[in-house]
Amino acid sequence: MSPSALLALWVAKALARLARLRGTGGSTFPGRVALRIEPRLLAYLSAQHMRGNITISGTNGKTTTAKMIADIFVAAGWRPAHNRTGANLIYGIASEFAQRANLFGRMQTDVGLAEVDEATMPLAVKELAPGVALVTNFFRDQLDRFGELETTVSLVRKGLEQMASGSTVVLNADDPLAASLGESSRLRNVFYGIEDRSMGMEGRAQVADIKRCPHCGAEYEYSGVFYAHLGRYRCPSCGYKRPEPQVKLLTYRSEGARGSFCSVSTPEGTIDFSLKLPGVYNAYNALGAVACASTLGVPLDTIRDALSRFTSSFGRMELVPVGTKQAFIALVKNPTGFNEVIRTLLEGEEEKNIVIAINDRYADGTDVSWLWDVDFERLASRQQKIRFVITSGIRAEDMAVRLKYAGLSLGLLSIEKDVKKALDRALGYTPDGGLLYILPTYTAMLEVRDALHRMGHARQFWEV
Amino acid sequence: MQKSIRICHLYPELMNLYGDRGNVIAFSRRAEWMGIRPEVTAVSLSESHDFTKYDLLFIGGGQDKEQKLICIDFQQVKGKAIADAILSGVVTLAVCGGYQLLGKYYRTGQGDEVLPGIGVLDAWTVAGNKRLIGNVVIESTLGGETRTIVGFENHSGKTYLGESVTPLGRVRRGFGNNGEDGYEGCVYKNCVGTYLHGSLLPKNPWLTDYLIQTALVRKYGDFSLVPLDDTIEDLAHRAAISRAAQRPGL
Repeated sequence: MSPSALLALWVAKALARLARLRGTGGSTFPGRVALRIEPRLLAYLSAQHMRGNITISGTNGKTTTAKMIADIFVAAGWRPAHNRTGANLIYGIASEFAQRANLFGRMQTDVGLAEVDEATMPLAVKELAPGVALVTNFFRDQLDRFGELETTVSLVRKGLEQMASGSTVVLNADDPLAASLGESSRLRNVFYGIEDRSMGMEGRAQVADIKRCPHCGAEYEYSGVFYAHLGRYRCPSCGYKRPEPQVKLLTYRSEGARGSFCSVSTPEGTIDFSLKLPGVYNAYNALGAVACASTLGVPLDTIRDALSRFTSSFGRMELVPVGTKQAFIALVKNPTGFNEVIRTLLEGEEEKNIVIAINDRYADGTDVSWLWDVDFERLASRQQKIRFVITSGIRAEDMAVRLKYAGLSLGLLSIEKDVKKALDRALGYTPDGGLLYILPTYTAMLEVRDALHRMGHARQFWEV
Repeated sequence: MQKSIRICHLYPELMNLYGDRGNVIAFSRRAEWMGIRPEVTAVSLSESHDFTKYDLLFIGGGQDKEQKLICIDFQQVKGKAIADAILSGVVTLAVCGGYQLLGKYYRTGQGDEVLPGIGVLDAWTVAGNKRLIGNVVIESTLGGETRTIVGFENHSGKTYLGESVTPLGRVRRGFGNNGEDGYEGCVYKNCVGTYLHGSLLPKNPWLTDYLIQTALVRKYGDFSLVPLDDTIEDLAHRAAISRAAQRPGL
């Protein structure tokens, strides 16, 4: 490795060590400095991976799908370099890879696994030269960063166009925009999708992000809708339709908040497993992971065992013991995700204790208007099951207004902007053995994890 | 007989980019809380209508592609009927893309393509090359009272106002219509156009009630609204003003 690359590497490692000692958990700053010193550091490091590199992108499910694939790789005896904390801009990926090299610049890992923010795809594909790229879906999300959904899709497309011929693109067939990225004949396409014939509610998707053909603008007809705008779609005008998936979810049986039973078929065979994460959206994450891993040659048995053991990562959705009680933390970032969380939350008969923490920093999305697209009216319609809702975070008052207009009784509602104080109060109101639902946006979730850690519960995130 | 307010929500599934349906929720809820029955009708593409039979019209913002479809629908189906309603004094709220389309035209960035608007507002929009985005606070005078209005803007279009309309307010924080003249939004007869999302109305109950009152006075003659407890809305309003004063991204 060149002197400048080595220097960049050492600086990154030193800064990361310093951050850990100071307890600040910086997962992007080391990479930012390193890439200033040697812009091609990431390329030098990732080129060493004998098994190549994989990128995971799309609006929802990147972190969970990437962690599933990481667990599958580890179960197969591989050694992945994986930006597991979800820092998915180029600096976060560079920081992670730098940690996995020794002081001489030799990677101790044999495969690169990078969760990549959609806008970062062009640069990430250039630096990582992945042999496989996975795209999960496209939802309207944090539009104040990207501006338009079309821009997001074209950035991912631009990234995929830089892949070497013969590389593989793994795509969600049920998402019209993700599937449309499979139109290059230069790259090998592997599609995954739901084929369980008992699924597919008729009717329009409730959150209508895309319902028009990207080629001719005509409205899709759906013969089945699985989740938001994902389903079996066909353009009546130009004939463009959902591609036939090679990796199929043949059977999906929900077990509420406890998870679901899945049967998945691939060209190599069929596997059954019980997934511990709830909801159709997590079944999609598992499907993407199966598609990616099986295309790379991981044995199906290994994939099945790893997914059966899989538990959620880094507070995106997880159950954390807190003394005599439990906290269920579910990250919220867009209307569809929040609606799924509300649906999960409402299952079960016990009284609900709820904290909703909304921040509006860059990583949360600076425009909180999206809260008005979430179906809080549904939450309010079952308020006889709610013990209390505390709203917290920088935009706690906005959240409180939203709930008031959704019809939540003001007697159930209180505002405490400081996340730690909100958690203290909420845990005080939650009975012993009870469950506290904590629904934060991204930076509020970091504050929640930090607060729980200071109370002596839950490890700091980089230990996960 | 219970009083009612008929609200028309135009293109709800196409023009609802940043939670703009929150404005229809705000109108409906506040009316309900005041003992007035809200009747919301959604009107979409290719449906022609007599819009003068509504008390309130609302049209939100959308992505470029959706806006083009609506532009065509305005030209071919509904534009004149909406203009007639606005000219006759029907209370109207138009946000972002809806606001732009009520103006004379929108000149896009691509090869000077010009999308015609309805032209009922003496305003026009030109695509700019930077995105005007962030928290906004403006000072507005309506019905003899001057108050602040808070929201969030996100637009690359720059709108300029002609002589026969007035701005909604003067910008204290943010960019406003074009980032140049210090004004935001537009008022003409009983029509308010604005770039403010948030959603706009929930944190600005004064504006919401002003629009509801104007609509009901038109309908029933002299009419006073039942004052509501706006403690939470006011808290959110003041918090938004503080937030707008801080640097973004913190």
